[in-house]
Amino acid sequence: MTDAPLLEVQGLQVTYTTRAGEVPVIPGLSLSLAAGEALGLVGESGCGKSTVALSIVRYLGRAGRITGGRIVFEGRELTTLGDAELRAIRGRRIAMVYQDPMASLNPVMTVGRQLMEVPMTHEGVGAAAARARAIAMLGEVKLADPAAVMERYPHQLSGGQQQRIVIAMALIAGPALLIMDEPTTGLDVTVEAAVLDLVRELRHRHRSAILFISHNLGSVVRVCDRVGLMYRGEIVEEGSVRQIFTNPRHPYTRGLLDCLPTLGRDKRHSPLVPIPGQVESAIARPAGCGFARRCPHVEAGRCTAHPIGAVTVADEAGHRVACVRADELPRWTRRHDAAAATEPAAAGEPVIAAHHLTKTYEPRRRRRRFGAARPPVRALTDVDLAAARRQTLAIVGESGCGKSTLAKVLSGIEVATAGGVTLDGVEVGALSVDARSRALRRKLQMVFQNPDSTLNPSHTVGYAIGRALRQLQGRRPGDLAAGVARLLEAVHLSPALAARKPRHLSGGEKQRVAIARALAGDPDVIVADEPVSALDVSVQAAVINLLNELQATRGATLIFISHDLAVVRYLADHVAVMYLGAIAEFGPVERVFAPPYHPYTEALLSAVPVPDPDHVGARILLEGPVPRADEALGGCPFATRCPRRLGAVCDDTPPPVQRLAADHRIACHIPAAELRRLQAPLVEPPAAGR
Amino acid sequence: MSTPAAVGALGVSPPVAARLRRLARWRRRLRALGASRPAAVGLGIIVVWVGLAILAPAIAPYAPNANDLAALAHPTPSRAHWLGTDQLGRDLLSRILWGARPVLVIAPLAVLGAAALGSLLGLTAGYYGRWVGVVITRAGDIVLSFPVIILYMIILAHFGSSAWNIIGVLTLTKAPIIARIVRGMTIDLREREYVAAAKMRGESALYIMLVEILPNARGPLIVDMCLRTGYNVIIIGVLGFLGIGLPPPDPDWGGMVKDTYGMMMVWPHMSLVPCAAISSLVVGFNLLAVGLRELGLRD
Amino acid sequence: MARFFLKHLLFLLLTLLVVSLLVFTLNEFSPGAVARKILGAYATPEQVEILTRQMGLDRPVLVRYVEYLGAVATGDLGYSTRFKLPVREVIVKHLANTALLAAIAFACIVPLSMLLGIVAGMREASRLDRAILMFSTVVASIPEFALGVFLATVFVVWLGWLPGTATLVAGGGWSVGAQLVLPVAVIVLFDAGYVVSMIRASMVEVMQRPYIRTAVLKGLPFRTVIVRHALRNAMLTPITVIMLQINYLVAGVVVVETVFAYPGFGRMMLEATLFKDIALVEAGALVAVFLAVVTNILGDLAYIALDPRIRV
Repeated sequence: MTDAPLLEVQGLQVTYTTRAGEVPVIPGLSLSLAAGEALGLVGESGCGKSTVALSIVRYLGRAGRITGGRIVFEGRELTTLGDAELRAIRGRRIAMVYQDPMASLNPVMTVGRQLMEVPMTHEGVGAAAARARAIAMLGEVKLADPAAVMERYPHQLSGGQQQRIVIAMALIAGPALLIMDEPTTGLDVTVEAAVLDLVRELRHRHRSAILFISHNLGSVVRVCDRVGLMYRGEIVEEGSVRQIFTNPRHPYTRGLLDCLPTLGRDKRHSPLVPIPGQVESAIARPAGCGFARRCPHVEAGRCTAHPIGAVTVADEAGHRVACVRADELPRWTRRHDAAAATEPAAAGEPVIAAHHLTKTYEPRRRRRRFGAARPPVRALTDVDLAAARRQTLAIVGESGCGKSTLAKVLSGIEVATAGGVTLDGVEVGALSVDARSRALRRKLQMVFQNPDSTLNPSHTVGYAIGRALRQLQGRRPGDLAAGVARLLEAVHLSPALAARKPRHLSGGEKQRVAIARALAGDPDVIVADEPVSALDVSVQAAVINLLNELQATRGATLIFISHDLAVVRYLADHVAVMYLGAIAEFGPVERVFAPPYHPYTEALLSAVPVPDPDHVGARILLEGPVPRADEALGGCPFATRCPRRLGAVCDDTPPPVQRLAADHRIACHIPAAELRRLQAPLVEPPAAGR
Repeated sequence: MSTPAAVGALGVSPPVAARLRRLARWRRRLRALGASRPAAVGLGIIVVWVGLAILAPAIAPYAPNANDLAALAHPTPSRAHWLGTDQLGRDLLSRILWGARPVLVIAPLAVLGAAALGSLLGLTAGYYGRWVGVVITRAGDIVLSFPVIILYMIILAHFGSSAWNIIGVLTLTKAPIIARIVRGMTIDLREREYVAAAKMRGESALYIMLVEILPNARGPLIVDMCLRTGYNVIIIGVLGFLGIGLPPPDPDWGGMVKDTYGMMMVWPHMSLVPCAAISSLVVGFNLLAVGLRELGLRD
Repeated sequence: MARFFLKHLLFLLLTLLVVSLLVFTLNEFSPGAVARKILGAYATPEQVEILTRQMGLDRPVLVRYVEYLGAVATGDLGYSTRFKLPVREVIVKHLANTALLAAIAFACIVPLSMLLGIVAGMREASRLDRAILMFSTVVASIPEFALGVFLATVFVVWLGWLPGTATLVAGGGWSVGAQLVLPVAVIVLFDAGYVVSMIRASMVEVMQRPYIRTAVLKGLPFRTVIVRHALRNAMLTPITVIMLQINYLVAGVVVVETVFAYPGFGRMMLEATLFKDIALVEAGALVAVFLAVVTNILGDLAYIALDPRIRV
């Protein structure tokens, strides 16, 4: 083992040519990675973390180029390497894993061929030997039946399987450095947990160094020894995982930790503190600290005049911060506003309820292209839930669980196949949105997931909100301006924004406009389908707080759909956990997040990446196939993967709904008392002070 | 100083401010267009031809159908006739200038017609899907499966070739292509969340199609319309060349080639000149389309 | 598989029926007109009426249409008044000529445009790409007759290397082969211009895809990336376009045939319409549509063969 680091980046400068001119995306960045070490690079959108990764492998595209600095890998200078040598390194000494595995695999080539290419190109092995290596590698990434998988095409595999193949492709030549660029973003929580575990295991076996890039601190903690936080093209703080979490020194790091929901926080006891402002990009970087505009501790002159250098934190070797005030700030502790704790609002009459709600889709093509009839797709099976006034009901589950379908049926974009939905006493399950009266439409509005497609890019903000006012409240066209201004102020946006088009707004601002639009009719129920999932972390907190505030001031009911358990824990009063179209568990949030758990809830909770180095959790990994949505199921939908499966009874008989105290329901064959005995708490309760 | 800043600084009243903003937007668009060399060159060519066509009555040295019998012996380019004369002694330059007028009226009109009809059909087919979409697409496929030249021959030979007939026939045959493009984009756009939001407001299907979806289909549609216009110019030329274009004796570029290419061995210039005219105009439209597509990508 | 063919066969039949009905109706709507066309402009009204009744043209349109369908089914396509021969003979002869031209042209267009399109698209905005893009744009902007005129001016008038007409009658010192050079060149240039831009656009789009980035970052040589990863993906959309060119080559080349006096199918149709040779027009339209739909089917098949995502 030599002393020289495996990878050393010194003063890297990267510039992009855009329509706005030359933008120095990375003004000067340094990091180093020892052999076998795992370094996480964390930051929000636009901070440049992917650019760093792509600079190392010199794949910046036409618009970007390295304008300064050195990148030394295994003693060689990468920035000046010729094409042939670069090719020899790529795939062999440095390999990369990407964010979107489906798009990263060639759709018209079998997976096996794509794997075999690597050793055949770099080590000159023949086809038979390459095939054997590929099959062995597929076994290592824990894919069942590797020989069969070799003949599959990427679209025939699930997201988790595709990512494992990309990882196999990266590791098959035994690289010294593995760069992973958001490898688990877009994967379900349980799938992500399995992939992260796999990465940890493989890393130890192959002794590769890992550069792990993510916006999710929790995932990084699972895999890495050290973490670097990036903001606006610079590393603002770097250190071991423990150092960063116990003693964060940079205001940005502290701000992030303050605004991250964790499984132990809820809105009453430890409110999220958002970082003010929006995530800023590299364009128009100021002379001094890039974070100055949003920093609560900023001092004019000291922080804004000159570029900030990195200093080592006192008594902590390897912990570096780029802040002039780092030593002056008090030690960071997580905020607990016990004094501000409010009592949960008394539950009233349910405003919206679903009973025995079922939704099946007939397939578009009745028959397969060349064959038999296609079965209908079961999206929702016998769903029962209710939400009272001024309450937040969260619906949580992974992809394919039916939560989006539920949102669509509640809001009328789709109609129920069986069962009903009552909205303020009126039966609306069979009424599509067109069939509902205006009064009904006013009562329930939706906020959607993707800020980029939630507003029509051809309309101004004022037009979008004004149109909602007009349709939902029947206002005259001339009467709209005041209403629009008031709504914009309610979501903390300047009324001047009404004249702008969505492309000038940031993600957070667009989502606020979407919320304002939903408020136009003063609805009783707001259905929010993953409203913050597409936003940056530092912006999420602000929007979550906004939803909370609006719910309190307007007395509305919020139905909040998410896959993010931490946000759900924070925001919800009641939670429904869904799996494959059925409700596995339902109840008040404190009870759902404490034992007894439905086995699926248990698996979900243990899979959530927690940004806390001390968090161990019982790691429960789900194995087994996920039944397809069009398969007919006789018993419990979770039976094929349940680690606590009893036996044939789980496959054949639908599980009974056990009603526990205080409105808490679990659908499981195992009696609740038995579950309570078997299961350990996975979440620490909210901090003392209640 | 940017316009919004100016507006704020000068304290201009809102309606004036709105007009200033619109002007600034157009100026920005033109400048953006200039950024792409093909687009600038293409637009330049088109502008030149439009100018020549408009000014033709003023600048053409002779009447387009006037025969100069004296020049029959030497029809090649000379000081009296800068581009020479044709086989009947008519000045080629004047005929070219006058011949630009019908082309520059018919081609864009046909494209606009096809765009309007095609957009309506495409929106309906894409938005409603299911059997409505299938019927419209199949009908369109039937029209498209016909080799267009033969279609023109049959229809124009039967109904005669006036300007309106040509516009009509071009519209009918181009509409399915545009409908297919618009349908594809509608299918993609109708899944957008802002469409769902419009439904939740109770907007009618017509509103959603025309106000929510159509404006966002603009980009590729404009590029295609540019290409179509160029192609229409070719077709008008072809129709004239085959003898089923606008009736003589009015100057029609294609017709001019038809009458003179037989004499190519002796007087090549008579057919070269109108060929060059058509080609240059179409090159203008195609370059503009290429440039627009590049700009759209670069955004 | 059976369903696929059945569906397309039905569509083919439907299209043929619709088109033939339209053409038939168009041509024969006014019964007096047909007889007048046959007898010419100087016929008296009595003669026209006699002939109309003799030919049974005063019966309802649909009846005559069904009769016509029956005749077609037995292979009797009628008699051509322009060429004074049975329609079937006329069509077969002209179609064969066009097939010759089309085959040679197609054999040149496909490899040429693939080569240029791929080379242009694989390195977007390179000098080669700009050159190819400009060239293909300009060439696709020049109508076929203009191309014919330009090329003929150079090679026939100035250089005298090639003949100006291609009547397929070897004579005047020019072999048949030499006669074909210019028509083929014009077709190839004009059509290739269009196909090159389609292939280039598809290639450019494919090169932006993440799986190309994966292939490059695996350390594969550039040539392997292009041939093994980009090519098949890039050809998915152009393949249908290329198949449709066959359609164009059969009927759309009427202009080239006219310029060079080539006795092809398109020119036959032109003369038929201009001379009001009804039987020939109807039969020719049917043949053209038949070919069009068949090439459509071929294009679909090719797409299915190339893209594994389509197969079940």
